[in-house]
Amino acid sequence: MNETEARDVVTTALSDVAPEIDLETLDPQMSLRNGADLDSMDFLAYVAAVSETVGRDIPEDDYDRMDTVAGAVAYLLEG
Amino acid sequence: MGVFAMPSLGADMDEGTLIEWLVKPGDHVRKGQVVAVIDTAKSAIDVEVFESGTVAELLVEPGTLVPVGTPLARIEGEDAESGLPPEPARPLPPLTPPIRHLLHQYGLAPEEVHGTGDGGRITRKDVLAAAGESSAGGARTVTHHAPTLQPRPVPASRPRITPRARRLARERGVDVATLASGDAVVTAAVVEAIPAKPAKKDRTAAMRKVTAALMGRAAREIPHYYVAQTVDLTDTLDWLKQTNAARKPRERILPAALFLRAAVLAAQAVPELNGHWDEQFQSADGVDLGVAVATRAGGLVTPRIVGAQDLDLSALMSHLTDLVKRAKAGRLRGTELQPGSITVSSLADGGPDALFGVIYPPQVALVGIGAVAQRPWVLAGELAVRSTVTVTLAADHRATDGRTGARFLAAMGEALTQPEEL
Repeated sequence: MNETEARDVVTTALSDVAPEIDLETLDPQMSLRNGADLDSMDFLAYVAAVSETVGRDIPEDDYDRMDTVAGAVAYLLEG
Repeated sequence: MGVFAMPSLGADMDEGTLIEWLVKPGDHVRKGQVVAVIDTAKSAIDVEVFESGTVAELLVEPGTLVPVGTPLARIEGEDAESGLPPEPARPLPPLTPPIRHLLHQYGLAPEEVHGTGDGGRITRKDVLAAAGESSAGGARTVTHHAPTLQPRPVPASRPRITPRARRLARERGVDVATLASGDAVVTAAVVEAIPAKPAKKDRTAAMRKVTAALMGRAAREIPHYYVAQTVDLTDTLDWLKQTNAARKPRERILPAALFLRAAVLAAQAVPELNGHWDEQFQSADGVDLGVAVATRAGGLVTPRIVGAQDLDLSALMSHLTDLVKRAKAGRLRGTELQPGSITVSSLADGGPDALFGVIYPPQVALVGIGAVAQRPWVLAGELAVRSTVTVTLAADHRATDGRTGARFLAAMGEALTQPEEL
């Protein structure tokens, strides 16, 4: 998976879970839970969607790494 | 012969707009099937039938605003198919004022309710049963014929439309029937080409108005009392972490589900707080758990999880996930908007320490969940840092006293600290 693909996975999951987020203007360093207003249920749905798309578990201990778009992309690239 | 009438989707609804029929005359409908989409001040709602039968006639065209109780369709019950003569009309049983009031609340006529009390007297339970059924066209309970309406022309078949276009049309308040042109499939592009109505903006204002009316009534009528209790959740959260480690992300359980499950157990342990007030308290049979959800449009809805007492922690979590997803998107079902027997409200994670709520009439209690956070706590005589939560209860002082509220919170605290029992 390259960076573009990883970013695509993350943004697709986000736009399904929270269609009100404007991905064009979303700061990739912004906290999704605190800044973009994803509640715990939205966040779980987003993590689940990413995990299912890439076919790999994302343990709860790694949730903090999923909290920004940039962090999530880096996390997936480590895969 | 049954009538599918405009249901009252909650105590605050007087009228609704039929947006779309999902069935046509001649269709067989099964109990629980979504047959129509209705627009209320709060959201578009999928409305189900509660009896199986055959759609005989659609009486109202999409786009029509009608009062609660207006017949929308005739549904022939399965009795009719077996050739049995319709039941003769019964003489009306005497009605007590609370029952009359309740009938009015649900938009039901006395004839529509099968009385099971002395001499066929209608009881509260009968009304609730009929309300549940008629919220979607109970074919069996209705023993008289609906007022005959002039049947309106109905399109012979539903226009062919892509699912995305259908969703879009609904969001924009576009009548799908007007889009059909011959056999051409209606696509999202067709819908997008239609200028959006200003209805979206109005919904926020309308929703505010509905909430204002209901909460105003609660503040005028309900003498609230409040109790609060803080619970050490540290061990429970450790247990939850271990449980979740073995689960795929989508099957993991959030603390929100723990709170709901604990509230259900407490409601069963203290039934004096689980039910409705209508001049006197009536306890509910099961726990229909109301859940306060903020919608994407910025309003508040409190759909209920029917029969929550039968759901274990995992089942409650998946129900909650589904309910919140649809509530946020403004797609709830009619039965979910009937009043619950008790409601749980929590603000987003990292929010205030405690929430002192306003009760949803006709309920008598509202449970508030504060933020879970690390706080100083005395453990075995020492000061320690623990993850705690403050649970509050707003309760109706007409129905119970503070002592009952305290028992409820004790039961919730006990449930929250014994997660393996949840």
